[in-house]
Amino acid sequence: MTERPRELHLEARGLNKRFGGLQAAADLSMRARHGEVHAVIGPNGAGKTTLVHMLSGFLRPDSGSIVFGGDDITSLPAPGRVQRGLARSFQITSVFRDFTVLENVVLPVQARQGHSFRFWRSAMRDPSLTGPARVLLEEVGLGDRAATLAGHLAHGEQRQLEIAVALATNPSFLLLDEPMAGMGPEENRALIDFLGGLKETHGMLLIEHDLDAVFALADRITVLVYGRAIASGRPDEIRQNSQVRTAYLGEALV
Amino acid sequence: MKSQLTPAHAVSALLIALCAAVPYLASALDEPFYVIVFARIMIWAIAAISLNLIMGFGGMISFGHAVYLGIGGYAVGILAFHDITSAWIQLPAAIGLCALVALVFGVICLRTRGIYFIMITLALAQMVFFLSVSAERYGSDDGLNILWRSDFGSGIVDLEDGAVMYYTIFAVLMGCLFLQWRMVVSRFGMVLRASQSNETRVQAVGIPTYRYRLAAFVIAGVMCGLAGFLQANLERFVSPDMMNWHRSGELILMTVLGGTATLFGPLVGAVVFLLLSEMLSTITIHWHLLFGPFLILVVLFARGGVMGLLGSRTTRD
Amino acid sequence: MDYVLLIEQLLNGFQLGIILFLMAAGLTLVFGIMDLVNLAHGSLFMIGAFVGGTLTLVTDSLVLGAVLMVPAMFAIGVLVETIALRTLYRRSHLDQVLATFGLILFFNEATRLIWGPEGLAVPLPDFLEGTVALGAGITYPLYRVVIIVIGLLVALGLYLLVARTRFGMLVRAGASNREMAGALGVNIPVLFSLVFGIGAVLAGLAGLIITPITQAAIGMGEDVLILAFVVIVIGGIGSVRGAFVAALLTGIIDTMGRSFLDVVLLLFLPPNAAESAGPALSSMLIYILMAGILFFRPQGLFPPRGATAAP
Repeated sequence: MTERPRELHLEARGLNKRFGGLQAAADLSMRARHGEVHAVIGPNGAGKTTLVHMLSGFLRPDSGSIVFGGDDITSLPAPGRVQRGLARSFQITSVFRDFTVLENVVLPVQARQGHSFRFWRSAMRDPSLTGPARVLLEEVGLGDRAATLAGHLAHGEQRQLEIAVALATNPSFLLLDEPMAGMGPEENRALIDFLGGLKETHGMLLIEHDLDAVFALADRITVLVYGRAIASGRPDEIRQNSQVRTAYLGEALV
Repeated sequence: MKSQLTPAHAVSALLIALCAAVPYLASALDEPFYVIVFARIMIWAIAAISLNLIMGFGGMISFGHAVYLGIGGYAVGILAFHDITSAWIQLPAAIGLCALVALVFGVICLRTRGIYFIMITLALAQMVFFLSVSAERYGSDDGLNILWRSDFGSGIVDLEDGAVMYYTIFAVLMGCLFLQWRMVVSRFGMVLRASQSNETRVQAVGIPTYRYRLAAFVIAGVMCGLAGFLQANLERFVSPDMMNWHRSGELILMTVLGGTATLFGPLVGAVVFLLLSEMLSTITIHWHLLFGPFLILVVLFARGGVMGLLGSRTTRD
Repeated sequence: MDYVLLIEQLLNGFQLGIILFLMAAGLTLVFGIMDLVNLAHGSLFMIGAFVGGTLTLVTDSLVLGAVLMVPAMFAIGVLVETIALRTLYRRSHLDQVLATFGLILFFNEATRLIWGPEGLAVPLPDFLEGTVALGAGITYPLYRVVIIVIGLLVALGLYLLVARTRFGMLVRAGASNREMAGALGVNIPVLFSLVFGIGAVLAGLAGLIITPITQAAIGMGEDVLILAFVVIVIGGIGSVRGAFVAALLTGIIDTMGRSFLDVVLLLFLPPNAAESAGPALSSMLIYILMAGILFFRPQGLFPPRGATAAP
């Protein structure tokens, strides 16, 4: 794997995004540091996924800017952001269902080796692609499923693959949109451990409904309500914050 | 893509052997008509392969693909009309023009999705169709006769010789089949196939999909233009009808009948399409009355085409 | 340039635009609401011409023929929707293209079988013959004026239907968000059948209306269909208002281009070049317009609300 400068922080400055009458982001600013897990929580419709879309380049904010590693990337298209080391996973599993598990991971490995205008050599017989892909699959625990069609995997395995695909781009920063969605408690714990292990080498922005997972992993938490960051701080500060309790935690704990 | 031998492969191999042997079989059976029939089938197959590349593997449903048949054909026809018969001018002209048109059309179409893409490819193809109709100098609706086939200036590839013409088509078909195979399994093909099922995801792993889809669109246009070049030479005739939108529909049809996103589906589909139209038209001259509902039944019940029925796995599930 | 000719051609363009609107209005709703690629809409145009034409000949009255055609086309539309198209909604666009292409072949051949290959001529009734004076020395064929008036009335009616009625509200909801419409407790199959039936009536009306000018012919709907595609793409799928604006734009630009482009080109080009480039360029004009609009607005001029917002 090529080495990247590892000290890349991700910053949102005054983001605004409106869909018709819905304000999905309102003067939203936050700073996610490298080497930390920064969780974003909030009730449904708070604009969490919109935030991930804007940070990853799939939605253009109406105003405001996004800075990654000191560079303004607001107008950089999604693929360019990935090439700079900013990868994301999707809330709704979006692996390539009719590709095998190995093919799913080969594609991002291929992406980081430069352009794909190579028409001749078989990609799946290229050890420079399949080698790193297999190593990664072993790491996430899908090593023995390499030849299975992704569409035939169990839900939990698909979620693992989703993360593996993001990791295969060799990112320094991960945007994780509800990685635990729909997983059982066993798988949940395994994923929490796995993500915790990535902390040293990656920055992470985590969107998650499972508050146990959030408090287990997060170094810093931002609470979104109606596109607005109503609080931001260390987990224990967020726990104590009365505004947060009424706006969000209160509901969730009932 | 496993290299297991399936009935689909056996059928494909048999078909290719048949194509190779047709001139001999035809003269043995004293049925010279078969030669031209199979030459036509092979040209359709080349065009269908090119469509399969973008539609089957890339998910771009071009409803105007026959336009490149027309452009490739008219490149021959118009140059021949001006007494330029050298293949070394005609062939680059056909390829260059198809590449250019596909590039321009692709830049416009690929900004859109779904229904828009289908309608726009159709509309743009129709534009070229009307252009050819309005070109009075080149025969408008009646088309252009071509006195001399493309001249390669060598004794070996003399297209005026029927057998040479036939085997030239055969060779191009084999070349296209091979090229399609390499492209599909290569890195380029990985991107193309992945973009079909989930383009957003491909972008999210850092690949700017647009340029790859555009490249595929242009390659397919050129390949289909090659089929047009061959068709003009074989028939010694070009007309707007070559790019009538019904032709585009038939190309889609052949691809689906054979099995989309399979390597040999387009070839099988071209054969099946011809056999079916022959068979049905012996039942009644109003055979479209049967063929139309047949298409609907294929869509509803035999979505994988012939290759799907034969258990080919390269199709999507 | 002769301004009388200019205005005449402008009206001709307007009239073509009206025909296109009648085709495109139903089509854009079907595309927008049902997400269905229906190539067979051109067949409905043709069937309208033949069925309406036959009814006209039988009753010996174009008006009566047109009136009787409305329920007939509605029934045919609902029938086609229920038998052939309903199973296609959840299918891929490719499946829809193929199946409706099959429908075209079927309808063309069925028409040939029933009415014969020559087509059907429908005479213009006496009271619609002749011209009207529009003032300033301009006269225009009465029947073409009638076409324009009918088209505008239909457009107005459609606008009221879509903008002011509960049915229209459901249609609009369906065009921008199908799940939402389903969640509102709308009987979706019935809504779809109704929309398709109305689309069939409009297409049939367009087909019948031009039959006294051209005559009914097999495959007559196909060129109109492709022009209607251009209209829909320009106007934005699912938008009746967009279809109206784009249809008039397309009709007028196409007609004006065919009449005057060579004259305009004479300003820039030598005569023989202008003469040969004129027809070629004018036949491409609306497609160039379409490409240009798409380049800047991939969703068309009037994308339905909600179509652009991602989450």
